[in-house]
Amino acid sequence: MKISKIFLKGLYDNNPTFRLMLGLCPVLAVSTSVHNAIGMGTAVIFVLVSSNLIVSLIRKIIPHKIRIPIFVIIIATFVTIVDLLMAGFSPALHKSLGLFIPLIVVNCIILGRIETFASKNNAILSIVDGLGMGFGFMFALVIIATFREILGYGTWFGMQLLGQHFQPVILMILPPGAFITIGLLMGFLNWIEHRHIHKHLTYK
Amino acid sequence: MDIQSLLIIAVGSIFISNFVFARFLGICPYIGVSQKLDSAFGMGMAVSFVMSMASVVTWVIYHYFLVAGSTNVIFRFIMKGQGSPPDLTYLRTVTFILVIASLVQFVEMVIQKISPGLYKALGIYLPLITTNCTVLGVSILNIDASYNFIQSFINGLASGIGFTLALILMAGLREKLELTNGPRAMKGAPIAFILAGSMSLAFLGFTGLKIG
Repeated sequence: MKISKIFLKGLYDNNPTFRLMLGLCPVLAVSTSVHNAIGMGTAVIFVLVSSNLIVSLIRKIIPHKIRIPIFVIIIATFVTIVDLLMAGFSPALHKSLGLFIPLIVVNCIILGRIETFASKNNAILSIVDGLGMGFGFMFALVIIATFREILGYGTWFGMQLLGQHFQPVILMILPPGAFITIGLLMGFLNWIEHRHIHKHLTYK
Repeated sequence: MDIQSLLIIAVGSIFISNFVFARFLGICPYIGVSQKLDSAFGMGMAVSFVMSMASVVTWVIYHYFLVAGSTNVIFRFIMKGQGSPPDLTYLRTVTFILVIASLVQFVEMVIQKISPGLYKALGIYLPLITTNCTVLGVSILNIDASYNFIQSFINGLASGIGFTLALILMAGLREKLELTNGPRAMKGAPIAFILAGSMSLAFLGFTGLKIG
């Protein structure tokens, strides 16, 4: 019960993107297509789960004062692994994600989860937390990418969705489209939450 | 080294590919810190300072410690020119983040000693900068664009100025935004993103700028 709770917390209640508003740079930058979004999401899940695991295993021997540099080195090691693997196995994806692969190191979600969760909990819970947060991140990324790709290219995951006569909204794949999409989605989620609270108060 | 190419880099980094509006770097402080004009300016100055320092230091580290070549320090002084120079470029991410973290710490200590006034103004922003993606971002961009030493410095400084510009513009608008009567669901971050979108659209106009 507790494990599923931790997982769902990362996925929805504490969604890193929409609720905590952490690590927004890659969300805005790579959400031009669902393909990129899944690639970035996978990379972040890998780094998050692996570094959570390592930190939770050695949490008792890390001196408190120099914990941040140690965490950063652990994260940077896994980011380098992802960087090299992606360059080897999927060069096209590596090229389109570009700068944002090494920048996973400074993604606040990862250091945030290590500091608040993995350095205080055991290995299994830390893995679950990493998976929940990672999938929450990927989930948000895929939703934003869905809107942007359908409107900007007329496709979804490379599949042609809207017919020949569709005039793509180029704005959506340019930087302004990213800001506007995420702003509207956050507003929409807030609106749902306000409605929910309102109903709860009037009928109970 | 001509002035023209430096000017092109500077204008390019400040306006055309602005860090916040075109490259999506440093969004967290952009949304988080840009509530008040004073703190936006302080943060912007601190980031510009660290970015230009980091550009220079990481450039030196990359070209004299990581790249395989006859000028590699490890090859010359530790291996004494024996065998082939080691190619350590795959350690770029790990090295850079360590260098930046220690640089920020060092800058903090130096400023505290030399100028307590400046430390008071920038102090609270400095620890935040280590995990700010603009600093690591500009260091990697300099290497990827194969800039030389001076170009890297100018790019770091100009990118910092571009970031400060975005932060200050946003802070000025958000101070006014607090007083408006918008939809409740859009208050705070959502409306800030929409605003950023329209500003990004305005900055897109600079793409048409032809220089050089």
